[in-house]
Amino acid sequence: MKKQACIVGVGETAYCRKPGSGMTPLGLQLQASLAAIAEAGLTASEIDGIMPFPNLGRAEEIAANLGCENLRYAATIHMGGAAPAASLQAAAAAVSSGMANYVLLPAGWNGYSGARVRQTVSQDLASIPGGAIARDYYMPFGFTAPPQWYSVLARRHMHEFGTRSEQLGAIAVAMRKHAQLNPKAVMCGKPMTLDDYMASPMLADPYRFFDCCLETDGGAALVVTSAERARDLSPPPVRILAAACGQPYPADEITNRRDIFKTGLTIAAPEAYGKAGLGPADVDFAMIYDCFTFEVLQQLEEVGFCKRGEGGAFVENGRIELGGELPVNTHGGLLSEAHMLGMSHIVEAVRQLRRQAGERQVADAEVGLVTGWGDFGDGSLALLGR
Amino acid sequence: MTENIRPLPVLEGYSEDFYRFCKRGELRFQRCSDCRAWRHVPREICAECHSWNWEWVKSSGRGEVFSYTIVARALHPAFADSVPYAPTIVEMEEGVRLLTSVVDVAPDELEIGMPVEVEFEAVSEEISLPVFRSIPS
Repeated sequence: MKKQACIVGVGETAYCRKPGSGMTPLGLQLQASLAAIAEAGLTASEIDGIMPFPNLGRAEEIAANLGCENLRYAATIHMGGAAPAASLQAAAAAVSSGMANYVLLPAGWNGYSGARVRQTVSQDLASIPGGAIARDYYMPFGFTAPPQWYSVLARRHMHEFGTRSEQLGAIAVAMRKHAQLNPKAVMCGKPMTLDDYMASPMLADPYRFFDCCLETDGGAALVVTSAERARDLSPPPVRILAAACGQPYPADEITNRRDIFKTGLTIAAPEAYGKAGLGPADVDFAMIYDCFTFEVLQQLEEVGFCKRGEGGAFVENGRIELGGELPVNTHGGLLSEAHMLGMSHIVEAVRQLRRQAGERQVADAEVGLVTGWGDFGDGSLALLGR
Repeated sequence: MTENIRPLPVLEGYSEDFYRFCKRGELRFQRCSDCRAWRHVPREICAECHSWNWEWVKSSGRGEVFSYTIVARALHPAFADSVPYAPTIVEMEEGVRLLTSVVDVAPDELEIGMPVEVEFEAVSEEISLPVFRSIPS
């Protein structure tokens, strides 16, 4: 990339379950956005681009509350949890081409005290691209929610490659360990062993309770600008080396894929590596969208850290823990920090690359990878550098 | 608005056709009249050859279990009393897959590759769902 873009400010609210945030989803997004704008050393009137999270906000409303009186660019990438990393690609293009100077990416919701993720499709068919397909062909059979949709992929992987529950458990345990080093994490102070994991009740076999992400309230946001403008701001800029996104085929129907393990990330990964001139071996840490444990394993395969079918062995023996070969989700992820829709994965990557991660700092981190996963397997990834 | 009522397909567009055949006891999928490719779920045109010509062609009704999940805790209130149950992907002899359930096998006895054949379960006056029964080997 000739004209690199940078992340120059990040912000978060507190993350919680009970008793709930006590704020509206918009309020959470505004609070996180104000923190990100202030950290960048900007004023709201300088923000001239906003990329709202799909179905969770409108640029007009966000701009009117913040006082963004010079808005020029507003767009949403409709990829569910893959939207934040995919939006980095669009935001980078926007600031590099002059469509905007400073682009705000807000996210936030009451995932605990508001409508739960598990209910969103039954409540709002338009919330996913295959909503009417789910209504007519999945839901009559009780196939109603994400852990059920994705667990059939996990079972098929177990069948084809011999992947085991203990290997899914190694992922849950690693995320929980990392959360113990993150005071913001909802699961900080609540350690979990592999035995705890194996003893947790089945939800959608092979998914146990502890294979599933948290449902939490909170918000996270960041600001993207050009490398030139970033030089004038005080936070150490984090460079977007490359970002890419992709869709599975078909993206709106999960059962009829010729290659059931080919997701959007399968398409996006080579594109991002190619643009950045990097490969998996250059990556010091990975923030992998961890809606469920198997999705981490599958994305590690599709993003090239190991071959397809080898993800189970890859995640064992502490390889994805701090101190291991590839630390994954040092903040604790969706599984043990909070479900911040993929945005907190980018925030954590920024902190790691600025060397601000405290006890959970990955030594000498130079290049980080962030993925997103959404809807029925949309995928995105961003390669970030100091 | 999640209600304690079993979610049912909405009988409009191609879904109305699909379930009208099910009501008659026929499992039919779209098949391209030109390149002969089968497809499910229903689509406007053939993604293989872009033909607009297709017919609802009767399936052999036979297939095998491709994957499944065992729901131990329902995430929709209408299925709270049905647990454990196993939403199952069946791969038909024609190559298309559909999400369904196998009615005569306990969830923990299901196996990938198990041969199954279609039957129909009336869930309302208007709607019968295509479900499956194991074929003894």
